[in-house]
Amino acid sequence: MATTAEPTTAVAQPKMVNLTIEGRPVSVPEGMSILEAGKRAGVLIPHYCYHPGLSIAGNCRMCLVEVEKAAKLAPSCATAAAEGQVVHVYTEKALEARKGVLEMLLINHPLDCPICDKSGECELQDFTYQEGPAKSRLRDPKRFSPIEDFGGDVLYTTSRCILCTRCVRFMDEIAQDTVLNVSARGDRAVIGKYEGKELTHAWAGNVIDVCPVGALLSKDSLNKARSWELDHAPSICPGCSQGCNISIDTRDNTVIRLRPRPNDDVNKYFMCDIGRLDYRWINRQDRIEVPLVRRGESLAASDWDVAIPAAAALLDGKRVFVAASPNLSNETLHLLAKLVASAGGSGAYTVRIGPEAPLPGVKDLSLRADRAANGAGAEILGFKRTASPLDGLAKGDVLVVADADLSTATVDQLALPGAILVIGTTLPENLRTASVVLPIANYAEEEGTFTNLRGRVQRFSQAKAAPGMARPSWWVVGDVLAALGKGEAYYLASEVFSAMAGEVSAFSGMNYDGLGMRGMVVNGGAS
Amino acid sequence: MGYPQPSHERETPVLSKYFGDRDATSLDGWRKRGGYEGLRKALSMTPAEIVDIVKTSGLRGRGGAGFPTGIKWSFMKPGDGKPHYLCCNADESEPGTFKDREIMRWTPHALVEGCALGAYAIGAETAYVYIRGEFTEPLARMRQAVREAYDAGILGTNSMGTGKRIDVIIHKGAGAYICGEETAMMNSIEGRRGNPRIKPPFPAVSGVFAQPTTINNVETLAAVPHILVQGADWYKAMSLSSPKSTGSKLFSVCGNIARPGNYEVTLGFPFKDFLYDLCGGPLPGRTLKAVVPGGISVPIQTMEEAEASKMDYEGFIEQGSMLGSGGVIVFDDQQNMVKQIARAARFFAHESCGQCTQCREGTAWTTRIMERIRDGEGTHEDLDTLFSIADNMTATTICVLSDSCAVPVMSGIRKFRSEFEALIKKPKFHPVTAAVA
Amino acid sequence: MTAAIHEHETPYQPVFVGDRRKELDALFPLYPTKMACILPALWMVQEDRGWVSDAAMAEVAQVLELTAAYVKGVVTFYTMYNQHPVGKYLIQVCTTTPCNICGAEDVVSAFMEHTGCTDLGITSADGRFTIIEVECLGACGFATPVMINEDVVESVTAARVPGILAGLK
Repeated sequence: MATTAEPTTAVAQPKMVNLTIEGRPVSVPEGMSILEAGKRAGVLIPHYCYHPGLSIAGNCRMCLVEVEKAAKLAPSCATAAAEGQVVHVYTEKALEARKGVLEMLLINHPLDCPICDKSGECELQDFTYQEGPAKSRLRDPKRFSPIEDFGGDVLYTTSRCILCTRCVRFMDEIAQDTVLNVSARGDRAVIGKYEGKELTHAWAGNVIDVCPVGALLSKDSLNKARSWELDHAPSICPGCSQGCNISIDTRDNTVIRLRPRPNDDVNKYFMCDIGRLDYRWINRQDRIEVPLVRRGESLAASDWDVAIPAAAALLDGKRVFVAASPNLSNETLHLLAKLVASAGGSGAYTVRIGPEAPLPGVKDLSLRADRAANGAGAEILGFKRTASPLDGLAKGDVLVVADADLSTATVDQLALPGAILVIGTTLPENLRTASVVLPIANYAEEEGTFTNLRGRVQRFSQAKAAPGMARPSWWVVGDVLAALGKGEAYYLASEVFSAMAGEVSAFSGMNYDGLGMRGMVVNGGAS
Repeated sequence: MGYPQPSHERETPVLSKYFGDRDATSLDGWRKRGGYEGLRKALSMTPAEIVDIVKTSGLRGRGGAGFPTGIKWSFMKPGDGKPHYLCCNADESEPGTFKDREIMRWTPHALVEGCALGAYAIGAETAYVYIRGEFTEPLARMRQAVREAYDAGILGTNSMGTGKRIDVIIHKGAGAYICGEETAMMNSIEGRRGNPRIKPPFPAVSGVFAQPTTINNVETLAAVPHILVQGADWYKAMSLSSPKSTGSKLFSVCGNIARPGNYEVTLGFPFKDFLYDLCGGPLPGRTLKAVVPGGISVPIQTMEEAEASKMDYEGFIEQGSMLGSGGVIVFDDQQNMVKQIARAARFFAHESCGQCTQCREGTAWTTRIMERIRDGEGTHEDLDTLFSIADNMTATTICVLSDSCAVPVMSGIRKFRSEFEALIKKPKFHPVTAAVA
Repeated sequence: MTAAIHEHETPYQPVFVGDRRKELDALFPLYPTKMACILPALWMVQEDRGWVSDAAMAEVAQVLELTAAYVKGVVTFYTMYNQHPVGKYLIQVCTTTPCNICGAEDVVSAFMEHTGCTDLGITSADGRFTIIEVECLGACGFATPVMINEDVVESVTAARVPGILAGLK
């Protein structure tokens, strides 16, 4: 592993300028826009076309502010903060101008909030409520354009479009596949594409997120839920080893959609369509809901007080082979590793591979070949990456299947172990010979951390309740270890993490508070 | 001269001297008329010397903005190691203006010479001449003139034997008034949609292909060789009113006037004399009602204002309008001002690039309301709404097309309100809730 | 649009071959980027085919190393590129304010009457004429200017229209 000590020499500080925004003094690097300076002063200047991940367009004119001694109102996204500037956001002149912008955006808008998916999370609604006109002065027919299916997951509701061009800029600058354009000009302008070329780029779904209004919508989540019905849980996409930060949006304990969450160090503001649309497995109903213990020919429903001791009895004094899923959290894998260490034996994991799909406009961001979230964590914690899930399983071992995919395991391989303990979310047919089955939460039903391919440890939080009697995975493994007398039981994921940080040098010095929302890179860097 | 009219004795023919003279279009013909002496002289000077001469002359941009040309040229920093560009704005699309067309089709070499001189003065080796696609004849004449200039060694790697490189490239537009806006023109040359850019950065810092660029109008560049040959003081002395407005200017006269055409007069010339004497006044049996002195984007003048105006930058401002491009549109008593302002609004709505909210929606909304008033379906509230929209469209956008649309609307309603009110027959608009009672 | 062959019935023949390709190649050294050649390239397409089809946009994109969607965005911005086939004579009458006050609308009516075109923008049944109103042609002193394909006819009045049409075969 390469040593990556944090640089100890001070980086040259950029020249700072001091200005006042809405009476609040703020100091920002020279060259920063007034809009960004406003954010740092705690003032959100209304805007549409500006996006921190895209080039500056300056066309919506929504961010107009009054700058003392300047002749005209300034578009704050495109005006540099300057020494001694005094900026007013809420003076009558600025408010009138922005109200004028909103009025003009609304006159030809269909105002169909009752049937628009964006309702409740729409910036046109938000700023109109805040400072828009109460009535329409339009006495003429509205302009109407039909809906267009752009392909992929993207539906374009032309009439709602405010022509901010965020989508065009995203595809051009970040995806670097210029498949969207502005067609025609003036009030006939619409977002367009070339006939026959669909929006199937692996990252195209991000245009839906960057669209401030309900013009670009996800076909996958069309009409499924109202935005205010949704709960949002910050999480990590489990689709590959990139570890894009996401939000899992649920309603009534069902995942409705995934959306990216900003992280400057990992995915900026974006996530790929493959990860975005792969959430239905989180909602699957064919889950193990109660602990199961073998009684003769069949597995019988049981409860934790019986199943845990039964699992311990199974393992006591035996060599173990742990087939782990690379989508288990660091916490759970750590406890499984302790089981391996105490019992003697080994642990392994396999990863499904798929084609990469980089996002060229962002440094080091790609859909990765390794289609699992925590292969790096499994590696650090001592699990061996194998081509086949049961490589290394010896005759007589107790096989612990920790939610691993054993669909490729052969009958002969599955006949090798002396006993099978399943700690998992589902019970496939070929594992019905198990002796004990302990139901666990999937990653969206518990808290934990993943380690991405760059060694960044990132937290994910619980988005929905686990079904039936299923418990967090780290809790279950901890109980088994405790029952064996080989460890303690844990009731908080943070406690497991702290214990791990105390024992595994890669995580030394880390804790949940320190990880926060951005994560930290393991000591010694990624392997 | 007053082409296509006969020359008037009170004109000052400098640029228009050979309008109508077919022989002036060829290189030989141009040389016989003193052509390329200005360039020859300039190439023996340093760029800094040329810039000083142009500054002293007081020449101001003839496209409409009136920015002092010498000062604009001085923004181009010599020795910065970057390729400099000159862009000649031959996109002439401001309604009422047709002077650059005549310069190019009668005296194309005047512009070739002006471009070469201008390029040299700003340290550029390449000049793009952006000619609107509709100008078929000017394009043909300019292309021919450029070919002749290359063949004669005036353009190319060894301009007039001085070892200096000057390339002039003709670039044909494709139908967009907005490409006459300097930053939109640069985008168009780069092969993009003709969207204006946010300034800063200014063209002299980052222009076409992100390099230092100067954009000048056809008439401006055509004037420069004359200034080099006859001297800055000669040009500066040509001033009949405000000393800040020097030289001669081509005024394109059109509309309801006896003798439409281009006229070249010294700046500061009295507008009343110009309209009634040089241009012949109204058509028989009619009286003049309104004048737009500088292209449709400047405020409409009442005849009282027009007749009191001196034809220069300061003079028109004093009388409620602007010199602009010098496109003089004359309206007589038979015209319906409401209809014509509606048509002007429609022009702007058609030409808006669509970037800025206020312009994209405002020009179209203004047009709808104006046309509704024109058709007798307007209300008094509509007039208030028009003013409010115009106010929102002013000083709030990336470029001034938005402001330009607001100008004829506001000046029209203010100065010809009776014509609007005569068409308003509908009662006050009642919202639905009130109708229930 | 009525007499034209529908694009999908015959395979697209490229424009940028032979002399046209040479002409395009000669433009590349004049600009720092290939993208800057897009307007001249589109003019070559329009000169050869009378209009710019989707397939032509794809060809321009290919020779200039751009995307077809990008080219389409440019084509639809500039009004002189025809996005559909037009009649043999595209009659473009300026009706902006300076010409409007000199009888431009009468000129439009006269053209409509004498060509048999049923509407603006709709090609006549015999495929010869398409009439459209355009914005200021920059020849305001010669009201009303009418652009017929590439030629600008100055000082057109309603009375002159039949004579002008007679000269168009």
